Amino acid sequence: MTEITFPDKDVVVLERKNFQSLLDALSDSGYELLGPTVRDSAIVYERIHAVDELPVGWVDVCEPGKYRLVKDKKKTLFGYTIGSQSWRRFLHPPTNKLWEATRDGNGFKVIQPEPDQVKRALIGVRSCELAALAIHDKIFSQGQYIDNSYRERRRNLFVVAVNCVRPGGTCFCASMKTGPKATSGFDLALTEMYVSNRHYFIVEPGSKAGKKLVDKLPVKQPKESEIKAAQKELNRAAAGMTRTIDSEHIGKLLNKKFDDPHWETIAERCLTCGNCTMVCPTCFCTNMEDSSDLTGQHAERQRKWDSCFTMDYSYIHGGSIRSSVTSRYRQWMMHKLVYWQEQFGMLGCVGCGRCITWCPVGIDITEEARQLTVTE
Amino acid sequence: MRDLEQTLREHPFLEGLGAEHIKLLVGCASNVVFKSGEFIIREGEEADAFYFIRHGRVLIETHVPQKGPIMIRSREAGEILGWSWLVPPYRWHFDARAAELTRAIALDGKCLREKCEEDHDLGYEVMRRFVLIIAQQLEATRLQLLDIYGNSANK
Amino acid sequence: MGTQQTSKRSGAGTQPDPMLVRPFTVRRVRRELPDTTTLELKSQADDAGMAFLPGQFNMLYTYGVGEVPISISGDLVKGEIFVHTIRVVGAVTRAIGKLKQGDTIGVRGPYGGSWPVEQAIGSDVVLVTGGIGLAPLRPVIYYLLANREKYGRLVLLYGARTPEEILFRRDLEKWRSRFDLDIQLTVDRATGSWRGNVGVVTTLIERAAFDPQHSTAMVCGPEIMMRFTALELEKQGIQHDRMYISMERNMKCGVGLCGHCQIGSSFVCRDGPIYRLDKMWSVFTRREL
Repeated sequence: MTEITFPDKDVVVLERKNFQSLLDALSDSGYELLGPTVRDSAIVYERIHAVDELPVGWVDVCEPGKYRLVKDKKKTLFGYTIGSQSWRRFLHPPTNKLWEATRDGNGFKVIQPEPDQVKRALIGVRSCELAALAIHDKIFSQGQYIDNSYRERRRNLFVVAVNCVRPGGTCFCASMKTGPKATSGFDLALTEMYVSNRHYFIVEPGSKAGKKLVDKLPVKQPKESEIKAAQKELNRAAAGMTRTIDSEHIGKLLNKKFDDPHWETIAERCLTCGNCTMVCPTCFCTNMEDSSDLTGQHAERQRKWDSCFTMDYSYIHGGSIRSSVTSRYRQWMMHKLVYWQEQFGMLGCVGCGRCITWCPVGIDITEEARQLTVTE
Repeated sequence: MRDLEQTLREHPFLEGLGAEHIKLLVGCASNVVFKSGEFIIREGEEADAFYFIRHGRVLIETHVPQKGPIMIRSREAGEILGWSWLVPPYRWHFDARAAELTRAIALDGKCLREKCEEDHDLGYEVMRRFVLIIAQQLEATRLQLLDIYGNSANK
Repeated sequence: MGTQQTSKRSGAGTQPDPMLVRPFTVRRVRRELPDTTTLELKSQADDAGMAFLPGQFNMLYTYGVGEVPISISGDLVKGEIFVHTIRVVGAVTRAIGKLKQGDTIGVRGPYGGSWPVEQAIGSDVVLVTGGIGLAPLRPVIYYLLANREKYGRLVLLYGARTPEEILFRRDLEKWRSRFDLDIQLTVDRATGSWRGNVGVVTTLIERAAFDPQHSTAMVCGPEIMMRFTALELEKQGIQHDRMYISMERNMKCGVGLCGHCQIGSSFVCRDGPIYRLDKMWSVFTRREL
């Protein structure tokens, strides 16, 4: 594993007591702040305004099929590892009206919704989540067809990443080469440090906008010891992940296992609830729902998140293409680890571990990948 | 007889068959003509022949009370009609009717069965060829069972 | 397989937002069969974005009901209209089937790739199709006949369940009266006055006259029919890289963004629906892929 380091230039230090100034500077620049907070005993990403709305002192404990928050003695702001749901809801909403139509004589008129002009700042984006964002950028705004709704929301985004100094219980970003330190795709990247009761952030700008924002903050130059300490924490986090996927070879290995009987044993446990697809930061499938009001004067099309675990997903007149549980789990996993690579030149899994944590029966994609590709 | 012999010798179905064996077949063969609509084979009757169709088209059908005749397969010029003469109890299972004026060479099944019994080399050559026909028919029948046009192919 | 395109396509870029529906007027309705109708659609705006390639499809929307992908079944040279032939199989197609002249329908498209009419120049062309599968191939037939001198022998093999379910009878009769297109029809079962072929469409292949070394085959029908047709065409000597098939999957967006139509790494709406067989072969018989 390569050593994690910070760049020589531009890195600064922000004291914890000045953290609100970062939020204020973003708000003053017209950004709506979205960040982690505690709701229903879970870390969720929501609209926030002030530092005390962050999950101060909360740490998440994640295991296959298990999630709970515990209080930590340290009053960290980002001591948890990852939100229960990903950021994609803000760029690719679970429900999104594509257009409306109104009756017009014998026909109808289509009205396009106003473009989304909201400037959003995401506070506390993890490195794996940045990788997921890059994947969605590729899918929605760099292909043959562009998703305008995504592109509009993406255009006005400010990303504050937070590097992971504590690997979560189900994380495997190091093996997916997506973390724990953010290397690109952010405006600012923070590393939260809590050393001998001193609480501060190493701040690394990743864009012009990030540098401009730093200029407004009460920051100071870092000491070499501060940088070294942060590097040490990050390297320890990288080494501390127990789960791995052989991201280099998994596609080729798994592609040979389409008819492997092991899929059946996964299907015996899988409830096809679709939780994994809802919490996954890279899943992008949607359904279209057309409706009209009772008078028939008004109709609209909503685009909604969909899951390949449903029977409807592959339904064509006469029946579903993937009617067995086996085929639907296989489709999800092989899409992430095999087909995605051919489609987008990257894997569809970033190692965030959410699908493992939120699977009600604790199916672990890393373990299943290992079982399927283990050499006899 | 010379015409018969030449026709059989040149028929793709008998390609590779030795001259002696062709002669044996000619001994069981005769030219037949059927008018449009005429029955060639009747269900339930003794299966005592098969046909090299030289011209025309034959419909294989069965009659269902209240529904009338249902056509389940057609045989064309160049193709072989009939294989029940090979399978005990040598009885036709379907009707076959000429859809138009049809000329064929009929081979006497009983005569041929006896010759195959006496000469197993000939028997093997005949069986080998009929297995192909039966396999083709079986595959086509399976596809018909699948009702493959039932689902729309339209996008 | 993969995302490599096998043929030219158009449609991209002609619409600013691929999710937006364009209103069209139903200019004409023709009842083809009890459950199948052909619609002629004319744009209510201008005639921009009406260019299409044989094999492409549109997403057709009926107000408040929903949207379905339907292949274009009309002639390329009639550039100002879209012609679609629709069989009723569900709620949306039922609503489309009830549309009358003058009604409005929503259109997105055309999307997807084309049949290899360019690649086939200079060779014999064998079209094998069954049921409603004749509709997506009709633009190919128009194209081949309009450019007849560029091709060798043209063979159309078409199977229907019964004589009553033969689509485009008038076209078939008209084409049959030409002597430069060999049309063979067959039905699965027949009653009454039918005197034609009886048997599945694959049984016509052996009898058809074409040069397997210099032929391009285009096959359109249900997957099971295409699989057996491919076996039979291969038996006659046509290589997989000269055979083309048309795949069907659930489509919601039509432009590769909603995920539904994936077969392995391919998005059928964007990378298909027409595939060269050798690129689909490795996954063609994988179950529930």
